Amino acid sequence: MELIKLKINGKDVETLAGSTILQAAENAGINIPRLCYVPDLSPMGQCRLCVVEVEGNVLLPASCVTPVTPGMVVHTESPAVIEARRIILELLIANHPLDCMTCDKMGDCRLADYAYQYGVKGSRFVGEKHNYAVDESNPFIIRNLNKCIQCGACVRACEEITGKDNLSYMNRGYNRKVTTAGDVPYVDSDCVFCGQCVAVCPTGALTEKQMHGKARSWELQKVRTTCPFCGTGCSFDLCVKDNQIVGVTTSPDGAVNGRALCVKGRFGWDFVNNNRRLTTPLIKRNGNFEPASWDEAINLIADRLSEVKNKYGSDSFAALSSARCTNEENYLMQKFTRGVMGTNNVDHCART
Amino acid sequence: MTEEQRIVLRNADNIDPEKIEDYLQTGGYQGLEKARSMSRADLIAEIKKSNLRGRGGAAFNCGLKWSFVPADAKVTYVVCNFDEGEPGTYKDRIIVQKDPQQLLEGMAICGHAVNAKQGYIYCRGEYPYVVDLLNRAIDQARSKGVLGDFSIEVRMGGGAYVCGEESALIESIEGHRGEPRFKPPFPGVSGLWGKPTVVNNVETFANLPQIVLNGAEWFAAIGAPKYPGTKVLTLTGDVENRVFIEVPTTATLREVIFDFGGGVKNGSKFKAVQVGGTSGGFIPELLLDTSIDFDSMRSIGATLGTGAVFVMDETRDIVDIVRRIAEFFKDESCGKCNPCREGTFRCCEIMTRINKGKGTAQDIDNMTRLGKVMERVCLCGLGQASPSPILTTLQYFKHEYERKLLIS
Repeated sequence: MELIKLKINGKDVETLAGSTILQAAENAGINIPRLCYVPDLSPMGQCRLCVVEVEGNVLLPASCVTPVTPGMVVHTESPAVIEARRIILELLIANHPLDCMTCDKMGDCRLADYAYQYGVKGSRFVGEKHNYAVDESNPFIIRNLNKCIQCGACVRACEEITGKDNLSYMNRGYNRKVTTAGDVPYVDSDCVFCGQCVAVCPTGALTEKQMHGKARSWELQKVRTTCPFCGTGCSFDLCVKDNQIVGVTTSPDGAVNGRALCVKGRFGWDFVNNNRRLTTPLIKRNGNFEPASWDEAINLIADRLSEVKNKYGSDSFAALSSARCTNEENYLMQKFTRGVMGTNNVDHCART
Repeated sequence: MTEEQRIVLRNADNIDPEKIEDYLQTGGYQGLEKARSMSRADLIAEIKKSNLRGRGGAAFNCGLKWSFVPADAKVTYVVCNFDEGEPGTYKDRIIVQKDPQQLLEGMAICGHAVNAKQGYIYCRGEYPYVVDLLNRAIDQARSKGVLGDFSIEVRMGGGAYVCGEESALIESIEGHRGEPRFKPPFPGVSGLWGKPTVVNNVETFANLPQIVLNGAEWFAAIGAPKYPGTKVLTLTGDVENRVFIEVPTTATLREVIFDFGGGVKNGSKFKAVQVGGTSGGFIPELLLDTSIDFDSMRSIGATLGTGAVFVMDETRDIVDIVRRIAEFFKDESCGKCNPCREGTFRCCEIMTRINKGKGTAQDIDNMTRLGKVMERVCLCGLGQASPSPILTTLQYFKHEYERKLLIS
């Protein structure tokens, strides 16, 4: 690949042809603020926070979508750039509820991070603000468009990761908003509640309902684990506070799934702490289920299956296993069926 | 005194626009024939040499734009920007209504240069009667066989100002929301349906047949050397003659307003002129001797833009006019990028406040800072140009703002 030489903040930088200024800067250890740029989603160039000064250009181009050219001289924190970022942040804050003290996103909010970085305490452009009704129509996602900065990450995640294309924009200008077809609540839309939109939202516009009011983001201990719901093996982080699970988050470094999950993995964890959850095998005796040890239970199954096999023959037995099990478990199931029960009557739910 | 010189309007009112035979009798389609006898590279070089620059507002060298289309591209498109959404601008409508075949010929010439078989005319939604005229003209050209294997289709806009921006226009033709794309890639590399696409304005295309026929030198010698040729201007506002004219680009604003326009209406005193549409700068009396070519206009902080000339007499309230313009941009911002969506809204709020006598000097400072940022960071030309009326009136007519401020 061809290498291109340029200068960023006085530093000589070499980068692959076709890189953007933002990527070149990042490789050189220079961080450029960004709200709409998400590496695993298509570029948009619409938040304009990543603008930089390029010598010879009267405009301040968005570094996330501007390719490098040989000899380019870039300044990522010049006075003009800082002024532009401050004004953009002030514009965003002027149209924001600023209820940060009770916002679940506090501590994990990129808008707040950049306001802090650029010393934006308030806005000189305060005036009318949006007053959209908060969408709490469903058990999983709280959608507060008053906090939306229209980075479009949710729209792209829904289309490009989930493939649902459930979100788009309606209206123009100040009234432009991200919403569902017909502007209906999530629950009445084609939403499958995978929560990818929540995972990519940089502000408190889309948050996990189950986590609402449960913990500050910095109080959460994150435990990387594998989803138990199916054999795909998606990884995610259990968010734990005081030894209780309060939610699930994903990160782009998930080996199998990246940031993607389905509704079960992201929102279906509440069984873990449920007091009605089974913790021992139950054996039905005299019409009632009674707790038993694992040895008791396994011995009972072994006895009964041997009985069936001896009385009615191997082919009286069939095994149907599940996509929810791992490959290894499915392998063991067929091995058991063939090797122990002596029949080829094996089937799997994913085959149908 | 500068005389009118008609290139794109040479047939206006001399031929029946509904009859292709009339156009053919005036030498119509000879330019295309000559173009087709040239190689693609020679044709592009010829247009480059003529220094024809885009007549839609950005004034980009037309031949240079064409040269960005890769020579080996299998599918390419020619798109005519006939969105004509700038308030006070109706030059493209006049050019098409008076002589539709000339536009088709210009597009076909471009088609030959960039090896395109398909052209689209994106017509302003408020011109349905012109769409009918164009479709009849296309039918006639097709039945006469003059376009050869080049097809042209008319698409209608839905009334959004931003769709005059070439990439938003392309999105609209594709059936998406009319929102601009980031550039690069420019349409010449990746445009309509991701294919190399040339987007030119009606007036740009309409100049091509005569340039090809008479040669690049002929055109380059007309008007200002850096922005040669003529420009069709539309005069509106407090001017005696609200007319359209086609003048060499060396004509001055004073000549345009006082000679062609007959001066300010009812003999009133001149206050300001806004050139180039609603995003154009406001020009005071002392700069009226500037010639209209793109670079001269730019040197005084104004723009030639589309060539709309909006004259205001001494009775006009500049702050009230700029407030209306701010409201226009608030309504027409597509909302895709933050600084334009939120910025045009706040500019409108502040202008409304000042106009009501409730603004402060701080408001003016805030709006100036905002405007200067918007000019440099907005995603497309709409947002970048929208502060111009505010900033230029603050430069030349600040006293009118100060008169309305709250006395603190």
